[in-house]
Amino acid sequence: MLNKKSKAALTDPLMNNNPITLQVLGICSALAVTVKMDTAVVMTLAVIAVMSVSNTVIALLRNLIPSKVRIIVQLAVIASLVILTDQVLKAFMYDISKQLSVFVGLIITNCIVMGRAEAFAMQNGPWRSLLDGFGNALGYGMILIAVAFFRELLGSGTLFGIQVIPDALYAAGYENMGIMVLSPGAFIILGLIVWVQRIAAKIEED
Amino acid sequence: MRSNSYTLGFTASVTIVLGFLLSLAASALEEQQDLNIQIDKKKNILRSLDFASSEESPWTPETVQTIFDDYISSIVLDPTGAVVPNTTADDIQDGAEFHPVFIKTMNGVVDGYAIPISGKGLWSTLYGYFAVEADGATAKGITFYKHGETPGLGGEVDKPWFQNNYKGKRFIDKDGNLIGIQSIKGTVDSGDDEAYHKVDGISGATMTTKGLNQFLLDDLKIYEPFFQRIRAGEGAE
Repeated sequence: MLNKKSKAALTDPLMNNNPITLQVLGICSALAVTVKMDTAVVMTLAVIAVMSVSNTVIALLRNLIPSKVRIIVQLAVIASLVILTDQVLKAFMYDISKQLSVFVGLIITNCIVMGRAEAFAMQNGPWRSLLDGFGNALGYGMILIAVAFFRELLGSGTLFGIQVIPDALYAAGYENMGIMVLSPGAFIILGLIVWVQRIAAKIEED
Repeated sequence: MRSNSYTLGFTASVTIVLGFLLSLAASALEEQQDLNIQIDKKKNILRSLDFASSEESPWTPETVQTIFDDYISSIVLDPTGAVVPNTTADDIQDGAEFHPVFIKTMNGVVDGYAIPISGKGLWSTLYGYFAVEADGATAKGITFYKHGETPGLGGEVDKPWFQNNYKGKRFIDKDGNLIGIQSIKGTVDSGDDEAYHKVDGISGATMTTKGLNQFLLDDLKIYEPFFQRIRAGEGAE
């Protein structure tokens, strides 16, 4: 089912060509929605949904889209999908959609989504584009969830809102790290993840 | 290179198809979204009146409705502040010059009043509730259920650290005049004689809190005749 090229489209963005840690795209939302695990997971699902479908639709239309207006057509497709996602969240996950506030809408401006539509889906078939979109969204989401894991654990002592740091530790003088709840905490965690991943992926700067 | 008419035709059809899909989705989901908004408003009324969701009894749409029905009643004031007989908040039409008061009653004793507040912040109109203790002069709580302020700056108005500062503040000065509650720059000096009507500001959100100070005062003015009667011990009617 997956030949070598399709597999690469799916797995490359997870590690060797991760959109956040290696291409450093989509940082804004990675900082904004990673205070808690549940918002990070919902954001991940939203981006996966938007990117898989947008890449597929663009790939299906790729031979029909006039090249003069290709960017605006991509944008129209992506924006419609994002609004649709936002509407669904408002209907079925109202509290989380309120916490995500403007950031669901801002998926439209997430460079990963348009970047993949323009760089991959315009040249490849729908199946491979679907895998590429899914893979990139997952690569983005993995980092989001990893950042959220450390931020919520260290910043609030909870995971998915459930306390995991035992009360005994607080009694012994342990304190939550306030900086993890704020944006600088995300920068620090993200920086460390980028560092670790670049070592793991054996990437050397020129 | 494709012809201009092809390009126009293509973009027009893409727009029509996408527009149709979106309006279809919006109208199909509208009912569920409205329900969520209603429940969310009720949640905020409850929260401003010191109800809290807990692990033993988490708030779901059903429990919120039950708590609301059990403890909250509402009356309606006309533009002069007089009570309109036999009406509840549900009877108010949009845009009408009538003002609801939500009354919390515990074991037959009035425990507080919540009034809707709204006004301009920096980018957006903020909507929320302001709750008053049974004495008609002390703040019981404040919540916001809708705003479009910058997350992390003006958006902090919906965070507990900011809202909790309002609890116990008085919006009536010692001569009995309405003075409102002001969110100031920096933190409140608790030794200050004026500290009873001041709360800590939000750094980076001067315009939002200025707007909030103003519309809170304006909305309290509308309800002042009502709260005057409460303070005079004349009861809600």
